[in-house]
Amino acid sequence: MALVEIRDVYKSFQRDTQRIDVFTGLTLDIDAGSFTALMGPSGSGKSTLLNLIAGLDKPTRGTVRVGGEAVSEMSASQLAAWRARHIGFVFQSFNLLPVLTAYQNVELPLLLTRLSGKERNERVKIALDVVGLADRADHYPRQLSGGQEQRTAIARAIVADPTVMLLDEPTGQLDAKSSQEVLALLQRLNSEFTKTIIIVTHDAHAAERAKMVLHLEKGDLIEKPRATAAALR
Amino acid sequence: MKYFRLVLANLGRHRLRTVLTILSVALALFLFASLRSVTTTLAATAQFGGARRLVTTNATGLVFPLPLAYGNRIKALPGVTGLSWANWFGGKYGDGKRFFANFAVDAESYLKIYPEIVLPADQRDAFLKDRTGALIGKRLLSQFGWKLGQNVTLQGTIFPGDWTFTVDGVYTPTDPAIGDDVLIFHHDYFDERIGRAGIAGWYIVEIDDVSHAPAVAKSIDDLFRNSSSPTKTGTEREFQATFATMWGNVSFLMSTIGLAVVFAILLVTANAMMMSARERTGEIAVLKTIGFSDRLLFALVMVEAGVMALTGAVLGLGGAKLFYPAINFNGLGFLPGFTVAPSTLIIGALVAIGLMLASGLAPALRAARLPIVQALRHVE
Repeated sequence: MALVEIRDVYKSFQRDTQRIDVFTGLTLDIDAGSFTALMGPSGSGKSTLLNLIAGLDKPTRGTVRVGGEAVSEMSASQLAAWRARHIGFVFQSFNLLPVLTAYQNVELPLLLTRLSGKERNERVKIALDVVGLADRADHYPRQLSGGQEQRTAIARAIVADPTVMLLDEPTGQLDAKSSQEVLALLQRLNSEFTKTIIIVTHDAHAAERAKMVLHLEKGDLIEKPRATAAALR
Repeated sequence: MKYFRLVLANLGRHRLRTVLTILSVALALFLFASLRSVTTTLAATAQFGGARRLVTTNATGLVFPLPLAYGNRIKALPGVTGLSWANWFGGKYGDGKRFFANFAVDAESYLKIYPEIVLPADQRDAFLKDRTGALIGKRLLSQFGWKLGQNVTLQGTIFPGDWTFTVDGVYTPTDPAIGDDVLIFHHDYFDERIGRAGIAGWYIVEIDDVSHAPAVAKSIDDLFRNSSSPTKTGTEREFQATFATMWGNVSFLMSTIGLAVVFAILLVTANAMMMSARERTGEIAVLKTIGFSDRLLFALVMVEAGVMALTGAVLGLGGAKLFYPAINFNGLGFLPGFTVAPSTLIIGALVAIGLMLASGLAPALRAARLPIVQALRHVE
């Protein structure tokens, strides 16, 4: 069964007097436990699709369901609570809070739960351990490399054990070595921890790490979802 | 509590700016407390006065004396149960830089009519028996380092010459408005030194019943209406109020200018606090993406503004409350009993809460209403 169900979604923006139609009736399913790469040129609607799945934006028409819940019909406060439980989001530019340590950044999503301090501490340590940054817990973002910052952001995204991880160009600001480390980490999260991962990327090498690639152009899927070599391994 | 660390971390983002903002709030509220205390102290002084005490002065003005001979005639009037008199002396001690009030009084009747002046019985007896003795407020003891039994010489300004007195007693006023930095000495000695001029600056008249005050005051003034020195009699409270009204315009000016300064500082502070929140548009969008609700973010920004405003309030208002007693401030003797009243602290705290609302509300609402996608586009 599909974890993410996008049904006949329309999305348009108003820029000055001009109306821009991003999606005109997009329909798409993404399965639980999949690792999907969304590819396409700038303006094709990749990030908008990610925002719709994360409940950061609402479709003009149509339905977005994640795990059976109609995200597109939730109120702002319901969405906030839903995101805290079900979404782990990773940005291109990491977006760690500079005044908090790596540990405190990772702990942020857990502040929204009813977990005790001890339980939060255990979970943060596990998340940092998974991304290989247990020894950097007390470091501030300015004391970390780009790759380490992004791995901290990934730890923040997985710490609350979300239903789906959404990553917007996660390797866009990283050098080749750090990119490989981050992509290997994502593969591991998908294969070992069965995390459902949706990644927006321009990078063909990055997309090759995914099990499924979706090509978007002007808001349309221009070819059917294609399995990658990674899916066969 | 788990969110408070986030608030503290944000406050520590620009430590110098946070410290300066808090100090600005503290300074503004310190000034506010100080200026309002001048007004409340003057008002309290104007309220001083026993209900059964009247004061008779020369109708032409306080600086003109009355004949000492009026005393017996006033005492003989119906409703009058006690009488004393005093004369402003205006002597200075040392270089005269530290001013304090000093006047000659009819000692026995004066201490009787002012039970607010409290001192040990043996010192009282010593003072009454010593013609050149003086009684001083406890503040003068610490201010000049005087000791009991010490000779103190004042230079007369209105009545020239060196006037030497023996400190026979130290009093503690039970009402702060009476002042604890006053020196009083015997009128008899004063009268003798000035050549038996037979003058009194003012009379203090004790009456049998408060309700008789208007009638007794009228009968005193009627008695001397056609004399060379007509009198003006009123309640002691009215007498004190005339001193307070001399300050009136100064007080108004200080309050107006002071409050304008305070308001200006508060505006600058509010702006700094708003700027601090505006800079974090991107971070607020990230927190929303993580799942922080609009309401929670509103509360966090408000708490941040509150921590700054209330820390400033504690420093400013608490500082004023502790500072003035610590330096024994009495406005060079013009503001006896100067104190930061509880009402000033309450109003100051309300000003701080107002500042918190003024500076926190706009950025807090902005944070709560921030559309995530646009804000993230700005960041990314």
